Amino acid sequence: MKAIVSVKRVVDYNVRIQVKPDGSGVVTDGVKMSMNPFDEIAMEEAVRLKEKGKITEIIAVTIGGAKNEETLRTALAFGATKAIHIKDEGEVQPLTAARALAAVFKKEGASLLIAGKQAIDDDANQTGQMVAALLDIAQATFAGKVDVDGNKATVVREVDAGLETLEVDLPAVITADLRLNEPRYLKLPDIMKAKRIPIEATTLADLGVTAAAAVKTVKTVPPPSRSKGVMVKTVDDLVAALKAKGLA
Amino acid sequence: MPVSAASPFYNQEHEDFRAQVRRFVEREIVPHIERWEAAEELPRELHRKAADAGLLQIGFPERAGGVEVPDLFYMIVLTEELARAGSGGLIASLMSHGIATPPICHTGSAEQIARFAAPVLAGEKIGALAITEPSGGSDVAALKTRAVRDGEHYLVNGSKTFITSGMRADYITCAVRTGGEGMGGISLLVIEAGTPGFSRSPLQKMGWWASDTASLYFQDCRVPVANRIGAENMGFMAIMMNFNQERIMLATQAWAFAKVCYEDSLIYARERQTFGKPLIRNQVIRHKLADMKMRLDAVKAHLDILAWRVSHKQMPVAEVCLLKNHACTALEWIANEAMQILGGAGYLRGSRVERIYRETKVLTIGGGSLEIMKDLAGKQMGY
Ligand SMILES: Cc1cc2nc3c(=O)[nH]c(=O)nc-3n(C[C@H](O)[C@H](O)[C@H](O)COP(=O)(O)OP(=O)(O)OC[C@H]3O[C@@H](n4cnc5c(N)ncnc54)[C@H](O)[C@@H]3O)c2cc1C
Repeated sequence: MKAIVSVKRVVDYNVRIQVKPDGSGVVTDGVKMSMNPFDEIAMEEAVRLKEKGKITEIIAVTIGGAKNEETLRTALAFGATKAIHIKDEGEVQPLTAARALAAVFKKEGASLLIAGKQAIDDDANQTGQMVAALLDIAQATFAGKVDVDGNKATVVREVDAGLETLEVDLPAVITADLRLNEPRYLKLPDIMKAKRIPIEATTLADLGVTAAAAVKTVKTVPPPSRSKGVMVKTVDDLVAALKAKGLA
Repeated sequence: MPVSAASPFYNQEHEDFRAQVRRFVEREIVPHIERWEAAEELPRELHRKAADAGLLQIGFPERAGGVEVPDLFYMIVLTEELARAGSGGLIASLMSHGIATPPICHTGSAEQIARFAAPVLAGEKIGALAITEPSGGSDVAALKTRAVRDGEHYLVNGSKTFITSGMRADYITCAVRTGGEGMGGISLLVIEAGTPGFSRSPLQKMGWWASDTASLYFQDCRVPVANRIGAENMGFMAIMMNFNQERIMLATQAWAFAKVCYEDSLIYARERQTFGKPLIRNQVIRHKLADMKMRLDAVKAHLDILAWRVSHKQMPVAEVCLLKNHACTALEWIANEAMQILGGAGYLRGSRVERIYRETKVLTIGGGSLEIMKDLAGKQMGY
């Protein structure tokens, strides 16, 4: 059984994000980039499923420019058995990514797509759901626990009201939430071995996918800087202060 | 061809490895380090976790369960990242096998490697190196602890002191006198914890609190001849073989802690307001920071070029001695300036600079003191 794991290259979570002066986006030149942390969790889950013998192959897929190779190398160091680089230098919107992933999913005859629930750059939280819709297969998003047995997956989801357990038929899409697992530390020999594994290259055109232009970014602005806090002396003062702000 | 890399010595693999060590330090060390400093020892669990993450094995041969690396820069990256926890004792003790285990791997038999090196690299056991004695550390060739052959055992009598990880160590790589005076009479024995006649007591120190430093006592301690590493009376060479790398790693620690001091004081100088403006807006403070950075970069260039030479099997003994002194004295200077920039905040427990400042001296004393390094370098250069 094959699982696809989508891995996105994003600005490292430790980097203090800077907005470009013209508001056209955030600065990425010379900035440390890493695999999206939710995708690391997805990778880890796939590797654990493989170690338990529930799946046999893990195909890591990324969409983006030449530098995305680094992200695939990380996936291979985790234990991906194959890596596919969909080369594209342009902006990749969620729908484009979903179309491309759906095409790879079909081509590879995969049973599972395990994705991060969102990427920490645009926080769109759309791609996994769109892949499920495009392929008309089941989806279990925000997974906090995953079990695969034969042709079914049992997924405990983190929802607003608490935990919800879903049983889905495969093929299916699962998106990983923060508490699904703690990704392992990649060992140096695995990092070194990963450098020597060939990567399969393809393009959106090869996959018969057209890039979507569903979203237009108008302007990027930094969040307002936090204003100074005030100290209150009593609970009554606190309630009054919250009321004055319309929060209570 | 245009070159964008900041250094010829570090590539993507070093950086990928760095990212893993950084995550380990942030998750497994930083949240606990104050507790371990107060407890004056590290939990054994940390050794297991560090082995699981593949950190203890770097630079050791595969036959011992190690991870062979093409250069010393992986070890430099490892030390640099571990130093971000701001505790020299953590590095000394978690990595005490870095001095205890190489002689076993270089000179030991396959069986000795399996018994005394592999479990240490797997984080299951702890290793320590015991050379220094109450009567002196610099003059290694004069050590006094006696081992007298008695059938298939040695009868060991004497004591060792200042031994890093000495309280917890399971396997102690111990230098003993089996022959006549001088360096030609020294052998290496692995003495196992629990051997009758072996006892130990903890030592309290100015710094390196997270490391359990001990005095070791041997009273008619019976150690199997099978625990001798290498031939009898050939121990001195086995000790010396590792000194170059040990000194490079001590220089790396000094540089890495100096870097922490520089970074912490830069952040503080930007945030701290005095006389209505950020501290860094004073030229005096900017000059301090520039001088710190200048020394840091000089040490790093010195370190990298010698690490490169040693990685290529060269033996620049004099240069490595002077590098150790360069790095340690730069650390003393930089920690002092950092403390000054932080003012009272730097003097308080819990600040990385406070601890590093307390721990500068151990680096100019251990692993070959400042004076001994200069003397050795001078001799090597035929002065
Ligand atoms: C925290 C800590 C951890 C340590 N861990 C270990 C360990 O794990 N294993 C181990 O074996 N040892 C360890 N040591 C011991 C360390 O290696 C010795 O302290 C060091 O070798 C110096 O020996 P000494 O302290 O006996 O000083 P001495 O040799 O007595 O020297 C005292 C002073 O005199 C100077 N001096 C000595 N001879 C000369 C000379 N000929 N000319 C000029 N100056 C001279 C020295 O530089 C020094 O400043 C540790 C020490 C410390 C402080």
